[in-house]
Amino acid sequence: MQNNGYPGQSAIQEQGWLKAHKWLLLRRASQLGLLGLFLLGPLAGVWIVEGNLAASMTLGVLPLTDPMLLLQSMASGVWPVLSGFIGALIVLAFYALVGGRVFCSWVCPINLVADLAVWLRRRFDLRTTSRLSRNLRYWVLGVVLVLPAVTGVIAWEAVNPVSMAHRGLFFGMGWAWTLILAVFLFDLLVARHGWCGHLCPVGAFYGLIGVKAQVRVSAYQRDRCDDCMDCFNICPEPQVIKPALKGAKAGVGPVILDINCTNCGRCIDVCSMDVFRFGTRSGALSVSALGSGTTQGA
Amino acid sequence: MATRAVNKGSGVSRRQFIGDALKTACGVGLFGLGLGLYSQRAASLPAAAIRPPGALPEDQFNGACIRCGLCVRDCPFDMIHLAKLGDPVTVGTPYFYAREKGCEMCEDIPCVVACPTNALDHSLTDINKARMGLAVLVDHETCIAFLGLRCEVCYQICPIKDEAITLDRQHNARSGKHTVFIPVVHSDRCTGCGKCEEACILEQAAIKVLPEHLAKGELGPHYRLGWKQKEAAGGALVTPDLEHQYNLPDGMRYEHGGRGLIQGVPGIPPGAGTGVESLAEPLAVPTPEPGSLNPLETLNGGAAL
Repeated sequence: MQNNGYPGQSAIQEQGWLKAHKWLLLRRASQLGLLGLFLLGPLAGVWIVEGNLAASMTLGVLPLTDPMLLLQSMASGVWPVLSGFIGALIVLAFYALVGGRVFCSWVCPINLVADLAVWLRRRFDLRTTSRLSRNLRYWVLGVVLVLPAVTGVIAWEAVNPVSMAHRGLFFGMGWAWTLILAVFLFDLLVARHGWCGHLCPVGAFYGLIGVKAQVRVSAYQRDRCDDCMDCFNICPEPQVIKPALKGAKAGVGPVILDINCTNCGRCIDVCSMDVFRFGTRSGALSVSALGSGTTQGA
Repeated sequence: MATRAVNKGSGVSRRQFIGDALKTACGVGLFGLGLGLYSQRAASLPAAAIRPPGALPEDQFNGACIRCGLCVRDCPFDMIHLAKLGDPVTVGTPYFYAREKGCEMCEDIPCVVACPTNALDHSLTDINKARMGLAVLVDHETCIAFLGLRCEVCYQICPIKDEAITLDRQHNARSGKHTVFIPVVHSDRCTGCGKCEEACILEQAAIKVLPEHLAKGELGPHYRLGWKQKEAAGGALVTPDLEHQYNLPDGMRYEHGGRGLIQGVPGIPPGAGTGVESLAEPLAVPTPEPGSLNPLETLNGGAAL
């Protein structure tokens, strides 16, 4: 380990600040750009997109529907209309292609809160963390999907901080900020990456959508790895890196295939040895300008 | 321990694995129970909050609506709200308060068209068939129509004027010479749009849109309304009542639905009562034998009308 302090220092020194933050900046542009697009209507009266992440209508022609919410709606026993159905299929197809958890790192508004919490954790060296299973989210997802069928209510929406945050920005926040604050404090004080990396059923659902995602990060130059651990330290789901980065001896390919890789690209940023890059699932193709292409999902 | 079988691969004993799984299941089960109960409680709609047109019954609506707010956005009159956390309405679902602003009943029903899930039922294509609630004139004490004043604002503003709300003219018993114009809501035509509640001139509306289950009574299914049955059958279904025979003392008769008991019919000895009224037309009844001692003869000899 040659690095101590904030991960990515050596990359900044060797390759410059901009290159060491390229994917982070693109990601923030995507997150904030999408929020801006949704805010244009309520704030400026420019209605490019109506609705929120649950379902939206872009320019009156492109319907997008959250497939997880639609599934819960259908579980309660009501069949959606065609536009809702098509919207969900578009979203499903998009995330199935680019990686389900691209939603988490490129679209979800809670990611900004979670990233702030983990940034503060690193800045102030808060290391205490509760041990939670990363599989807890699938249990939660199961409960969330079963409840509408049992209770007839989309119960998860009574507490879902993801949709509350997004809807709150465009339709009025009410007390939803308390839930966002709860996620922030949980991530800051209770468990590192606690919400997004362990509990959130939305992320779990999108992860499952992306089991065969074509856009994947590849540790294509893993032989150059100098074990600085920066990628593990910066990664919100560090368990996904090891099989690809250290799997040469076991005969595992360099492409990160774990469904919980969010394609955030921070490992690419912080690696001073250029071990990682975006590529395809088969590892054949390098995708160097992925960022601008992944920002359309809602 | 004999029972401990260590799984060398993961370093987790079977006992520990089962224990962990049970702990997780318990925790997640409790979470689900809490969330399920909370969401049930949180899904009760206050009476004053009205769903947009075409909304499914409340117990289905909270399952179907995905809280996207497209109905809110597509309402040209901007009168639908999306419930915020802390509001008394299920968070994220659309509602409006009639007193604040009622539904304008757009013919193309854009809110329903915008709904991606059928929470606002797309089979609703005629806004006049919408049933958002039912207007009820809840307070007869403050409604100035009942006080005998001319108001009729609710009647005038009703989008289905003269059908959903009609004016019932009644005698003003207080003044004795005027008419009161009572607004009457007809549930078969009222859409619950709430324009009447919005327009009511009182400080607190006397006419309010309520959920139908609160607004409507229900007659027991065993009731048969005789006049309706008769109308449907085209005639009486039971033997018609015989005309009633009154057996009154001599000199009296009874006029049903008219003047009532009438005294002073000829045949009664003069001076038998005070204030005896003499009738215009004498009654053709046999006079009893004078000097008869049998009171029954007097009774039976009286007018049988």
